[in-house]
Amino acid sequence: MDAIFLQILNGLDKGSAYALIALGLTLIFGTLGVVNFAHGALFMLGSFCAVTLNKILNLSVETIDPTKTDFLGNPLKVKTPYVQAWFGDDFGAAIIDWGVPLAILFTIPVMIGIGFIMERGLIKHFYKRPHADQILVTFGLAIVLQELIKYFFGANPIPTPAPDAFKGSFDFGAMLGMDPNVIIYPYWRLIYFGFAAVIIGAVFAFLQFTTFGMVVRAGMADRETVGLLGINIDKRFTIMFGIAAAVAGLAGVMYGPINSPNYHMGMDFLVLSFVVVVVGGMGSLPGAVLAGFLLGILESFASMTQVIDLIPGINQIIIYVVAIIILLTRPRGLMGRKGVMED
Amino acid sequence: MSKTNMTRRGVLKTGAVAGAGVALPTIFTASSAAAYMNEPTGGSVTLGFNVPQTGPYADEGADELRAYELAVEHLNGGGDGGMMNTFSSKALKGNGILGKKVEYVSGDTQTKSDAARASAKSMIEKDGAIMITGGSSSGVAIAVQGLCQEAGVIFMAGLTHSNDTTGKDKKANGFRHFFNAYMSGAALAPVLAARYGKDRKAYHLTADYTWGWTQEESIKAATEALGWTTVNTVKTPLSQTDFSSYITPVLQTDADVLILNHYGGNMVNSLTNAVQFGLREKQVNGKNFEIVVPLFSRLMARGAGENIKGILGSTNWHWSLQDEGSKAFVKSFGTKYGFPPSQAAHTVYCQTLLYADAAERAGTFNPCGIGEALEGFEFDGLGNGKTLYRADDHQCFKDVLVVKGKENPTSEFDILEVVEVTPVEQVTYAPDHPMFAGGNLGTCNPG
Repeated sequence: MDAIFLQILNGLDKGSAYALIALGLTLIFGTLGVVNFAHGALFMLGSFCAVTLNKILNLSVETIDPTKTDFLGNPLKVKTPYVQAWFGDDFGAAIIDWGVPLAILFTIPVMIGIGFIMERGLIKHFYKRPHADQILVTFGLAIVLQELIKYFFGANPIPTPAPDAFKGSFDFGAMLGMDPNVIIYPYWRLIYFGFAAVIIGAVFAFLQFTTFGMVVRAGMADRETVGLLGINIDKRFTIMFGIAAAVAGLAGVMYGPINSPNYHMGMDFLVLSFVVVVVGGMGSLPGAVLAGFLLGILESFASMTQVIDLIPGINQIIIYVVAIIILLTRPRGLMGRKGVMED
Repeated sequence: MSKTNMTRRGVLKTGAVAGAGVALPTIFTASSAAAYMNEPTGGSVTLGFNVPQTGPYADEGADELRAYELAVEHLNGGGDGGMMNTFSSKALKGNGILGKKVEYVSGDTQTKSDAARASAKSMIEKDGAIMITGGSSSGVAIAVQGLCQEAGVIFMAGLTHSNDTTGKDKKANGFRHFFNAYMSGAALAPVLAARYGKDRKAYHLTADYTWGWTQEESIKAATEALGWTTVNTVKTPLSQTDFSSYITPVLQTDADVLILNHYGGNMVNSLTNAVQFGLREKQVNGKNFEIVVPLFSRLMARGAGENIKGILGSTNWHWSLQDEGSKAFVKSFGTKYGFPPSQAAHTVYCQTLLYADAAERAGTFNPCGIGEALEGFEFDGLGNGKTLYRADDHQCFKDVLVVKGKENPTSEFDILEVVEVTPVEQVTYAPDHPMFAGGNLGTCNPG
């Protein structure tokens, strides 16, 4: 029972990342009709926003400590971050410690800007081209972006730890009067789940309860009619691309403390996220979220030793098996509109 | 009057066959003019450095390439000579190899076997490389070693830790300076028993490929021999990034040690996840829960940040060693590049010097002559103490370092500290040890 509870938590946690990325993918597909293979790269770029801010906060003034030597026997250069020199040791250290949450503020405008440039500069030229062209150009863009990141930051993972206040784990077992240290779950992963829920809720609320959102939804349903009403739907869709990029970026920035960012992390999530979109239903926002959590939970259960013992290798293929079953039995996906991908 | 039976179709067929013959790569055909593959005829000799320049191990590949360039500089008489000054063999004179200036070409393995074979083949066939060296993965090393055996050039392996490289997949043309999974297990287990006790229950998470399997087999056997029991061994996909669903089952068992048979990005993520789940603060069976990483890479360990502190593992070499060879190499490399070398850089630098030295002693670049010079060669002064290149399997036998994540690092390079230098006798095994069974060196192939 404990194991099942923990795997559900794991599934929700994994599902949070899948759902956030898939949500952005679906937003772009639903509004612009573009299959964006660079979406994983946007997730990666978000993570590197945290890395960049961390590096900025750690920009240091160098002083020589003649009492110590470096690895070559020369006097040791001691680095003191400017923020500590300016704001004092304690406050400066606290700013650096809270680098990842602070990066959220940094990430939103950066990612909206990147999304805007991507859409206006490249992707808008492919709206009327076949999906195969869109996939090729966005996949190429993803490779360019990840190679750029590798050039500037290297190939190895870069640690971006959570603030000290969120290190450690929450003990569900002790809370429920059971043995301590059996049902525990890291604070930051719980925060990630909560954060994902807030972002997903905010995106839905924005689309559901604002005039802008209403126009976008109308445009998703019938772009031509909305255009005939004199509404500049293209401009709104460009903004939606920026929002989708920001959602992917936020998913990435908060993911940094879970797994150290590296240039390839976007590709690791990309294929899974597409499977999530297909299972959820192309263009369906609730479907993307539902499928994200569903596949996250299934993947977690498939990784249990008892399950692997029963069906060896199931942990590596479960998501694709589900995708095949869904595509065979319900091509439009769990919550896709009737007719989509069924012809 | 004679009549020829030449037809248009016949001419075309003959032409096609002749054309194919001319176009056939010479790589797998011994040249009648040369005594061996890519015999150098001019005033220079070309070495082929096959390292990951793209992909997840690109940083290790870049450090390997730096070390290769340094070695070439030293062989040609440039720089301060580095470990050539401390090397026990004095055959190298700083005038290239056998009087020929050393030049090099480099290829990108991408840490993919097929790409690595293609780049090695190109360097042999097009660039005339007489020796191939490098790599940062056992799968790649085994693939390229096989190619070099077929092509008739020497392969001086880079960073490859699987038992199979000099076990079931060993080849007469292949040589490994780096240590292996068995040695890691043999060096680590006594330290683990001394620090954590002999009554321990271990849970293994293992990368599901050749290196992971041999690493798990080795450390499992070594710890069980000292009294530990193994609770479970779980294989994890190489592509796995989030290990939470593999870590949480550990909480449900009575295991009190988690052994992460992971390397590179896998290791960074699994260790980070294990620490996140509070395993290091956990008490099981009245003991502190411990995590062990059998193979450390300083370059990669940096990605795990503070999570590495206090974690025990093993490594082939570390820049903080104070023997004359290590000091000379660190000074040479550090002065040129501004930071200390990694174990990957060290092993490939050694391999280059060992190859060049063997050629000097053999008086030839013939792979068979070089093989003979390396087989059973005992040397010192290259940073690992007295070392033997064993003839039976072409594996180097030397001391192994047990290291620990440093509690109070003084710089970004100061991540590991040496806990113990395990003497070579403790990590030596018989050539027919079951973990290395099934292979055959065969005979050397000069091309």
